Formats: sequence, structure tokens, C-alpha cells
Amino acid sequence: MSKERTYQDPSFRDIQEDREKSEGDRDRRVGKSEVRVDGFDKASGRTKYYEDLVPPGALYVRIKHAEIAHGMVRSVDTGEAQAIPGVVKVLTCFDVPDIPFPTAGHPWSMDPGHQDVADRHLLNRHVRYYGDDVAVVIAEDEVSANQGVRALKVEYEELPFVLDAVEAMKDGAPTLHEEYPGNVLKHTELRKGDYQNAIKEPGLVCVDKVYETPTVQHCHIENHGCFAHEENGRIVVVSSTQIPHIIRRVVGQALGRPWADIEIIKPYIGGGFGNKQDALYEPLCAWCSVMVGGRAVRIDCSREETFVSNRVRHAIRFHIVSWLRKDGTIAARKVEVFSNQGAYASHGHSIAAKAMGSFPQHYPCENMECDSYTVYTNRPAAGAMRGYGMPQASFADESNIEDCALALGMDSYEFRKKNIMPRGFHDGFSGNTNYYDTFRQCMEKGAAYIDFERKKKEYAEDSGDIRRGIGVATFWYNTGVYPISLETSSNRMALNLDGTVTFQCGETEIGQGADTAYAQMVAEAVGLRSYRDVHVKSCQDTDITPTGLGAYASRQTYMAGFSIRQTADLLRDKILAYANELTRQSVACMDIACGNIIRREDRQVLMSLKELAMTAQYNPVHSEHITAESTYTIRNNAYSFGCTFAEVEVDIPMCRVTVRNMINVHDCGRLINPALAAAQVHGGMSMAIGFGLSEQLIFDPKTGRPLNGNLLDYKLSTTMDHPHLEAQFIENPEPTSPFGTKALGEPPACSGAPAIRNAILNATGVAIDHTPINPHVLFAEFSKAGLIKDAWT
Amino acid sequence: MYDMKALYEAESVEDAIRLRVEHPEAQIIAGGSDVLVQMREGKRAGKELISIYMIDALRGVSLDEEENLRIGSLTSFSHITRDPLIRKYCNVLGEAVDQVGSPQIRNIGTIGGNTCNGVTSADSASTLHAYEAIIELTGKNGIRRLPIRDFYIRAGQVDIAPDEIQTAILIPKDSYENTWGHYIKYGLRNAMEIATLGCSVNVRLSADKKTIERCRIAYGVAGPVPMRCPSAEETANGAAPTKELAERFSSAVIDDITPRDSWRASKAFRQHIAVEMAKRALSRAVELAGGEMK
Repeated sequence: MSKERTYQDPSFRDIQEDREKSEGDRDRRVGKSEVRVDGFDKASGRTKYYEDLVPPGALYVRIKHAEIAHGMVRSVDTGEAQAIPGVVKVLTCFDVPDIPFPTAGHPWSMDPGHQDVADRHLLNRHVRYYGDDVAVVIAEDEVSANQGVRALKVEYEELPFVLDAVEAMKDGAPTLHEEYPGNVLKHTELRKGDYQNAIKEPGLVCVDKVYETPTVQHCHIENHGCFAHEENGRIVVVSSTQIPHIIRRVVGQALGRPWADIEIIKPYIGGGFGNKQDALYEPLCAWCSVMVGGRAVRIDCSREETFVSNRVRHAIRFHIVSWLRKDGTIAARKVEVFSNQGAYASHGHSIAAKAMGSFPQHYPCENMECDSYTVYTNRPAAGAMRGYGMPQASFADESNIEDCALALGMDSYEFRKKNIMPRGFHDGFSGNTNYYDTFRQCMEKGAAYIDFERKKKEYAEDSGDIRRGIGVATFWYNTGVYPISLETSSNRMALNLDGTVTFQCGETEIGQGADTAYAQMVAEAVGLRSYRDVHVKSCQDTDITPTGLGAYASRQTYMAGFSIRQTADLLRDKILAYANELTRQSVACMDIACGNIIRREDRQVLMSLKELAMTAQYNPVHSEHITAESTYTIRNNAYSFGCTFAEVEVDIPMCRVTVRNMINVHDCGRLINPALAAAQVHGGMSMAIGFGLSEQLIFDPKTGRPLNGNLLDYKLSTTMDHPHLEAQFIENPEPTSPFGTKALGEPPACSGAPAIRNAILNATGVAIDHTPINPHVLFAEFSKAGLIKDAWT
Repeated sequence: MYDMKALYEAESVEDAIRLRVEHPEAQIIAGGSDVLVQMREGKRAGKELISIYMIDALRGVSLDEEENLRIGSLTSFSHITRDPLIRKYCNVLGEAVDQVGSPQIRNIGTIGGNTCNGVTSADSASTLHAYEAIIELTGKNGIRRLPIRDFYIRAGQVDIAPDEIQTAILIPKDSYENTWGHYIKYGLRNAMEIATLGCSVNVRLSADKKTIERCRIAYGVAGPVPMRCPSAEETANGAAPTKELAERFSSAVIDDITPRDSWRASKAFRQHIAVEMAKRALSRAVELAGGEMK
């Protein structure tokens, strides 16, 4: 240790201890099941969400939602509402600026042809779904605001409506947006080989089927809400969102203000699952504040509004025609995708395009003809939801593959192994490569855990009222959105006086545990003693936080990894350059390990980061606050893989399915935090059980009214409906990632529903081609199949 | 924040009756797990409420002088489930109300509220019908008792006079004595659920367990109000407990029930599961009574 110190180290003894630690402790900060950085505060109720931050005196904005599915607002009688004590202002669709704006949480594109469709106003005169936003009442308290909304009298000119995507494409269907006659928002196609010629091959077996998934909702714990006020002529919005930097742009667009006039603050949020990857009520809230002179106003969605007037998952119908050779290979496939967009474009065609694009990669075959259509209907607007088209595509594809194997009389597990994306498969568009024999590894691990082969044989013997079955399904997933959209990540690291590091980035914590993963990655990349020595600023403020795109796709850990590594290197360079001044050792001979500057060769501790930081800050001749900041443009993507095995018990007379056992196996590269990874998988599996068996938003065919937009009538599955959920991993390191990691956010939600469907088929011989497979559906299907017969009917 | 005009807190039954007379428009509120939900939805917005929740005299389970089981109207579902007298004499009722909503709802929700709502899907209703429970109402002029089937007038409407509150639910000694019952709730999930159909069956067997001396069956959601099934009961009364009987018994419920088509479930589906549930509930009740379905 240098005796020529420039200051008296106040913690000399600490360094002696550190030295011993750094000698022995060379293990890594990533790859460990560390406790969440926000765990204590969340568990003890201290964490602040947007509602905890609303300033006193904020006015309540409550929204009048349309009570027709399609039509024009003729007039809004506001007189009675305005007379209610406490009501401050009533604003209607006739008051809003005529600026159509987009809402999708996509990065801005400099190419106008790739920008999101702008088809929505702050409040809409042309009502396009039951629940559309028509007017607002702004009041001193919630009760007056709600009374005001109930007192509004809206006069409509009703128009015919259409709820089904295929119906909406037909001649004579009502038009939702003048710019889109025929209601097709977009149609894209994908051609490979020569489908028409390939199907002429003699001896082919054809499996021609339609598969369908319903409109479902995210059901995150915290409903969306936000509050807005003006500050020095600018607008501040604090919102429960996944994407603060994108929201800034959308609010600017919607209000016709420069984007920099808007400051978005994102505190902790109670989940999003993609619903909050969209501008929900931030633009309306900002405008309402402006309309009351910049006073603070709040919008708090109820659960009922969350179901109907936020975003939903696209209901998709798939028509798949598979042509099979007797040897178990696939000669040709045709896939048609009809995606129900609902009333507004939101994320639009991205979902259907992604769903379609999965087919040629999942089970590659030489001849494919794929078409996808995204179609406006008078349902709530569909946007992003965990899996972004893949839970739908996985259900269709993995059901069809099961049906194909059955048609050939082959074991479906073998059929999958024979046809699934092989090792070495390269996708030219995304640049993704299947580097390992991952599918086989995942399936073998899952099969071993659940004892697949034995149970399949044993359950085939079941013949009574209660029968058991077992099924498998697989998926692949893209980690991020490159090359379709920009992938960029920025962050800032600041060395604190105690040798810890404060970290800020634009990839948001939304409950998934991203902050903890970042802390571990930063500690690893900088060379800190513990992930607890990284202080992640969880709150994003678009005025302060380095620009990032937020939380969506399954990108946070992967994308942030690039910029964390890059910024950490910059910070290390600055630290070591300063250390060079203090220690006279060459930068090339030094390293940072376990929170100390060490000499590489003999790993002698030269000084602690704390000592260095204090010296740097208070050096009377060369003071420096050591910080680093950088942006990394990611031009990589990564395949993530996995499978589900599900075991069911079917009570035929009671038309009831119980999931007895379920395992997901994922290859998401190296795990940053195994416990958080398992938690992510459990949540996704739970979502998949609901998607497969019970969830569905139902609409009244006579009025278009959503019938079950509440948590009682919408059958979100509960823990009482789940078996033990087993999560296992194959850790093949992802070569493109600085941390060897890749997607795990959405993948767990993808393959559960088709695995359950295939298990029911295995148990009963009944192939059910639409979700949810609830008792009503089972009653109809079992009756059709002759498994149940009611004498009195 | 709830949109309520006023809340009057009753301190005793007499006080509650006085408040009822003074505020005829007011809604009675006990645990609030239904009333507050409706108020939030706007259905009861701006109304006056009379809370009876503080009247501890209406809580608890006891045996009266005639050894009838007496359940105070404010007794919560979780209390009923854990109560030793209920477990001893009418365990099926405890099991039935243990299937209401969630633990939180079962702690706040009361059996009085469950019945006064007059809804056919109430988890307590089919078992109380199957046990021919007596509803006790207290008003200005004293106590009035009526059979539960007369208490339910139509969907959402029960027989409570403007000056009355429900003070207890009685299960007569003859009704529970030497009687075992089983309740099946059919829902689309295993918690936080409203019944698609509820079926409660109880039996009294002969001493040698070879004859069903008395069988009673009641449903919730098989019609606008909870209902008994006289045709089905007739097939079972005096019969031997056999699988063949279970078939006849369960088929007979079709003649008694009147389920309807709604978006929640079709009539055909409700009929189908009603039959299956009758069969299973009878078999289980016979087993609980020490018999065997031959």
C-alpha cells in the first residue's frame, strides 16, 4: 500500500479487512438468488405508487364512457352535471383539439412510413366501442365527479357495429375509420418456396383446421392512473406506466406541444403486462390540467375501466393447413391470421405480424404461404400484452402440430423433435441463430421431471368418468424488437463518496425485478463488493433519467446489459485513471474488485473505492465527481426457447379440468438471479392456465356491451386453481449478450395453454381448438363427441 | 370514497327498529360486502344507510330451549364454519359458507346479509332451504318467524316489513337431528367465485342404514330463488340407498328445477350439472350418514 497518501484515510482498518476479502472473494455478483432491492419496502408497504404521491387538492377527473358500441355523439347535455356542488368543469368530445394521435408504446421512427397509426382523439365524437371516452367531469372530490358523470346526458346517432374480425372484413360491414374501408388496418404476407405446387405431391395427408383465442385482459394488480399539473409553463405527468420516455412524446403529440414541454415521472408501479406499454390516460390527464389552468388533476381507472377502456389482448383466429408426408415431415403449410384489433390501432399489426412470423421458424418447412390481417372491430382496443401474439400463435401452432401427429399416427413428442427448429437454424431477418440443441434439451428435462413416457402409457388406460392426460407444447421467442424498431439503452453511473454507485436507466422496474438484476449486473461490471452497493434509482423522470425505451418485449435485462457493460467500462476507466494519480501504478496493472482498487498481478489492495471517491471529490487541486453515462444502440436480437408439460385430470360428467402438475423449462441464457427467474416463470404459467382454461372478455352480441368486465365475472385463475408450478432452466449462454442472458419476461406465458389443450386431448380424445377451455366449452364438445348424453334433451 | 347520504349506527335491535321507522328509505347494512359494492357501482349511490354491524347481540350460534340451532344474523361465515355447534349438528352449513368468495369476505360477510339479499346464488341458501330453516324477524310489534321458502319472495326480494330487521336463522331440532348433508358448489374457479349452481342434499337413514328415511335437496341458481326438489325427494324417501336410486333421484330433479339461459351459463349446461351434482351430493350425504351406496 502506498505510504504517500494525499490525505489521511479515515477508514484504514476497513481496507485491511477488504484486502482479505478481495483475496478470497472472486465469485460473481450475477447468477445468485439475491433478495430484491425493493423487497423490504414493498413487503412492508412503504413503496410509493402514483396514488401515494398525488398532491393535496388535486381535482378528480372522471370519464363518461359511451353506452353504445358504434355511433356519433350528437350532443352532450352538461347542465345538470355542472350544477352539482364540487364540479369544477365539464369537458366533452366537442372541446378537444382536433389532433389525432397514436398511443402505441413503440420507439419513435424517423421514417413516417413506420410511425404508429394516429387514429384517436382525447375524447371521441365518433364512438367506436362500448366504453369509448366521450366526456369528462372535473371535480373537487371523487363523489361529485362520479355524480357529474352520471348526470351527463349524451345523445347518440347509433350506427351498426361489428365485433368479429372476419365479419368486419366482409362487404357491407360497418366502417370504423374512414381511412380504412373494409376495416383492414394492415395485411402482410410471407412466402417461402412454392406452396401451391408442393401440395400436389402424391400421398400427402392434409390437416386443415381453425384455431381461435379470445379477448383477454392483463389484470395487473394496480390499475392505471396518473396525475398532471403545470410547473413553470411545462406539464408534469406522474403516471403508472411502463414507458415514461415514450409517453412524453405521445403527450406532446396529443396536445400539440413540443415534446420537451412535457415531463413524465414514473414511480413504482403495480404491474403492467403490456397494458401500460401504451399511452392510456396520460394525454387526457395533461390536457385536463391545462384546461383548469394548470391545477393538479388526477385520473384513477377503476377495475371496470381497466377491463374495457384500457387495452386488451388481440383475439386471433388462425386457419392452418398442414400437408404432411407419411414419414413425418411437413411438405407445406398455409397459415392465415385474423387479428381482432378492436376500435383503435394501438400496437396495430405488430402483434399479428409477429404471430405469423413465428410459424416458419418454429417448425421450418420448405413451402409456406402465410397471410396476416389486422382488422378494426367495435371491441375495446387491443394493444401489447405479455407474449405479444405468441401465446395466440403457440396455441394455434402447437395444437395443429399435435393434430398433425395424430393424423399421421405418430407420437407427437417424436413428431416435434423431428420437425422443430434445428440447431444451427438462422433467421436472416432478425439475425438470430439457434446456437444450441436447446429444444431437445428443454423437452428432455421437462419429460424427465414429469415422467412423461410412463404417464402417457398409464393414462391411455383410463376410461371412466375421470380420466388423466398429459401434454407438451413448445415455443420460441425473440428477446427484443430489433430490427423492426430501434433498440437503444442509456444509463448513468455515479460513484458515491462511500464507494457505492448510483445507477439510473430508462428500462423500467414494473414489478418484474429489473432493478435487482441491474444492481447485480452493475456490481459485477464495475467490480463492487455487493449488489447492495448499487443504488438503483427506480423512479424515471424524463427530465433527468437517461433516455431509454422502458419495459416491454422481454428486453430489459438483455438490452440494459449492453449499456451497463459499456458505462461500467467508462466508469472503471475514470476510476483507474484517478487511481493512477494516487497510487502511481499503471492503469494496465490495476483492476477493481470487491470494491477496492487492486494490483492485478498480486491482487494487493491499493485503496478502497470509498477512499478514492472521497479523495477525488475533496481534492483541493483536482476535484472530480466521478460519473459515467453512455448510450448503446443494440443491433442484436436473441432467440429464447422453452416448453411446457402439463398433466390434467378431466371429470367428464362435471365438464371440469384440473391441472395436476405443470413444468416450464426455459433456456433464457445465463440467469442473472435464479429466484427472480423462477418467479417470472411462475407468473407466466399462471397466466397461461387462465388463458387456456378460464379467461375471456364476453360481449353482448345484441349491444356490443362487455358483459364481464370485472374480477368476479371475468375468470382470472386463482392460486386455488393452480398445481405446484415447477420452473426449470437450461443455461446455454447467449453469445451476443455481455452477460450471456436473453428473454424471460414473456416466454413463460406462451406454451402453457396448448400444453393443457393437448393434455385434455390425450385424456379424452377430444381436440378443442379454441380457448378458454372452460366447462361450457367442455359440455358442448363432450356432448358432440358422445362422451356425455343427457336423456332429457 | 362512497357516495352515501347518511349512515345511522344502530346500537341495539330496538334502536335499529326505531331507525328503520324514522328513515324508511334507508338501506340496512351489515358486513357491507354486497351493499358497498352496489353503492360503488352507482346502484345505491346517494342513499342513507342503517348499520346494524355493531349489535353484538346478533352474533353467535346457540341452542334455544327447544334445542333448535339458533344462528344470529350477524354471525360471519368464518365464524359459522368454525363454530362447534354447527360442526356438531349441521356441518354442511359451515362447509357451504366456507366457499363464499375469499377469506376476507368470509370474515366480514354475514349469514343474515347473505339471505336478506334474496339472491339465488348465495352459498348459504340451498343448505338453509334443504334444512327448512326458520327466519326470525324482529319489528315494532315483536318477533315474527317464517319458513325460509316463504322469506324469499322473488329474485332480490325478501319478506322484511319496513319496521323489521332479520335477527336470527333457526334450524329446528328435527331438521338437523340424525341428519347428514353435503353441499356442492359448481363454479368456474375454486376461489373468489359465485356459484353457477349450488346443490345441497341431506339424509336421515334408518338405524340399520339400509333405508333413507328422509331426503331433502335444494338448489341455488336453478331458478330465480333457491328451491327444493319435491319430485326428487319423493323418489328417495323410504328407498334403499343404491346407485340405481341415485340415477332415478338425480334424473328427477329435471322436473323440479327451472334454470334459465344467460350469458353466465346455458340452461342445458345447468340442467346437466344439476343432475350430476344431485347424484354426487346424495351419495356423499349417505356416506356421511354411515350408509353405503350399493
